[in-house]
Amino acid sequence: MSIRLENVSFRYLEDTPMETEALLDVTLEIADGEFVGIIGPTGSGKSTLIQHFNGLLLPSSGKVWVDGVDLTHKDTQLRQIRQKVGMVFQYPEHQLFGETVLEDVGFGPRNMGLAEEEVVERVRRALAYVGLDFAELKDQSPFELSGGQKRRVAIAGVLAMEPSVLILDEPTAGLDPKGREEILDEICTLHRERGITVILVTHSMEDVARLVDRLIVMDRGRVALDGTPVEVFRQAETLKELGLGLPQVTELMHELKAKGMAVDTDVLTVEAAEEEIVKALGGQR
Amino acid sequence: MRFRNLTIGQHIPGNSVVHRLDPRTKILGTTLLIVLLFAVNGFIGYGLVALAIAGVIHLAKLPWRYVIRGLRPLLVILLLTVGLNVFLTEGEVIFRLWFLTITREGLARGGMMGTRLVLLIVGTSLLTLTTSPIQLTDGIESLLNPFRRLGVPAHELAMMMTIALRFIPTLLEETEKIMKAQMARGADFQSGGLMQRAKSLIPLLVPLFVSAFRRADELAIAMEARGYRGGQGRTKFRELRFGRIDAVAIALLVTFTVVVGVFF
Repeated sequence: MSIRLENVSFRYLEDTPMETEALLDVTLEIADGEFVGIIGPTGSGKSTLIQHFNGLLLPSSGKVWVDGVDLTHKDTQLRQIRQKVGMVFQYPEHQLFGETVLEDVGFGPRNMGLAEEEVVERVRRALAYVGLDFAELKDQSPFELSGGQKRRVAIAGVLAMEPSVLILDEPTAGLDPKGREEILDEICTLHRERGITVILVTHSMEDVARLVDRLIVMDRGRVALDGTPVEVFRQAETLKELGLGLPQVTELMHELKAKGMAVDTDVLTVEAAEEEIVKALGGQR
Repeated sequence: MRFRNLTIGQHIPGNSVVHRLDPRTKILGTTLLIVLLFAVNGFIGYGLVALAIAGVIHLAKLPWRYVIRGLRPLLVILLLTVGLNVFLTEGEVIFRLWFLTITREGLARGGMMGTRLVLLIVGTSLLTLTTSPIQLTDGIESLLNPFRRLGVPAHELAMMMTIALRFIPTLLEETEKIMKAQMARGADFQSGGLMQRAKSLIPLLVPLFVSAFRRADELAIAMEARGYRGGQGRTKFRELRFGRIDAVAIALLVTFTVVVGVFF
């Protein structure tokens, strides 16, 4: 399922003295099955952008198509689009409300009008995706879980609709390193095994370097850079100007090169960096 | 979203004469306006008040459209008031259609009530539009201070108001965020019968209350961590100062109120 934006601009508080431009003439296409990272400084329009992908915001001008359907057309059923394009907001655990985990995670599927057995089945599957045990948790109150578990339950609440596109806005903010790692791995598995399109908004250069196939850099409401992580991280100067950095290993390689070592700087992982350095040192460890 | 249209209680920062007036002057002015609107009977009086309000809007350099838009949320009440007055007042009939009768007296009274309400809403919204919430509560605190001896907790009331005002935008933002998150899960807040709609609010209200309590808790801790112990011995960074423009403004306001109130 592809998402296409054409000349999209968006203004908050239109026609008031507080009007602000959040998106300016954005044109981009996200193809089926891509794993896309979106980065950019605070206030660059990342959150505004992703809310256009499932019609939570409609552009002030321009067009948005999801799976060939024009979202700006007045007859478009946005609820159906939102079932296909799942969206996990920042701190999704703040939206928990159910008396039990089953009720909360089942909210999406129930709104889709599915039969109760199907709802339960989907909740079971969704909880399994995020590494939680259905039998143990289904009757517990989501408010009594730990922070990391709450986050997973909330993500499961979106996964239970079995969307073909999954958008995540900083899914690991405020979690400990282990929790971060696990959640990102689970998202990666979903992408690999079920082939769903994943759009990940994050501040972590390490995460995007490791996970995504394509990186979109936002700056003041515009797309500043768009390409594979290697291509984007070659623009080290531009990234620094935007107040963004490079992944630590890439930064290290840049510095080694500046010091005169003959290394390739297109490196995104520690393993690749090791190989490069060994090569540059003449093959001995 | 719909909350964005709410102009009541909004503040538009600026540096006009009206913005610079002492908040106490503006509170007094608003009170006088309310009294005046109920004292005046007749279109000349209302015309004069409307002119005065227009003058203040002009002086404050407020965008006209924005001020007028503040009436929108109250349109229903406004139409209802005018309608009831127009159709239900007895008197000389000038128009009759089936069971609806319009009388000369009804038309006059409906017009008056409508004008009064419009002026009341627009006039009072000027107070918050030109006064920042902090100034406003400082003004209220200072006006309530003389009543402290009677046991009125002036500082505490003002602090509560500050916090409440401060959190209105935060809670609206939070509401919008939660609504969006639940809409992303297929929630529908608009359709269905009354029961259905009330039930559909649960996924919105539960998280909203949870977060309001969490915020209150955090705020209490943050205030204590900064040594807040109530109003006793507390000094202010910005002292309220009653200047010459305030004296002029009050003189003008009082004169205007007395003249218009007595003669029209």
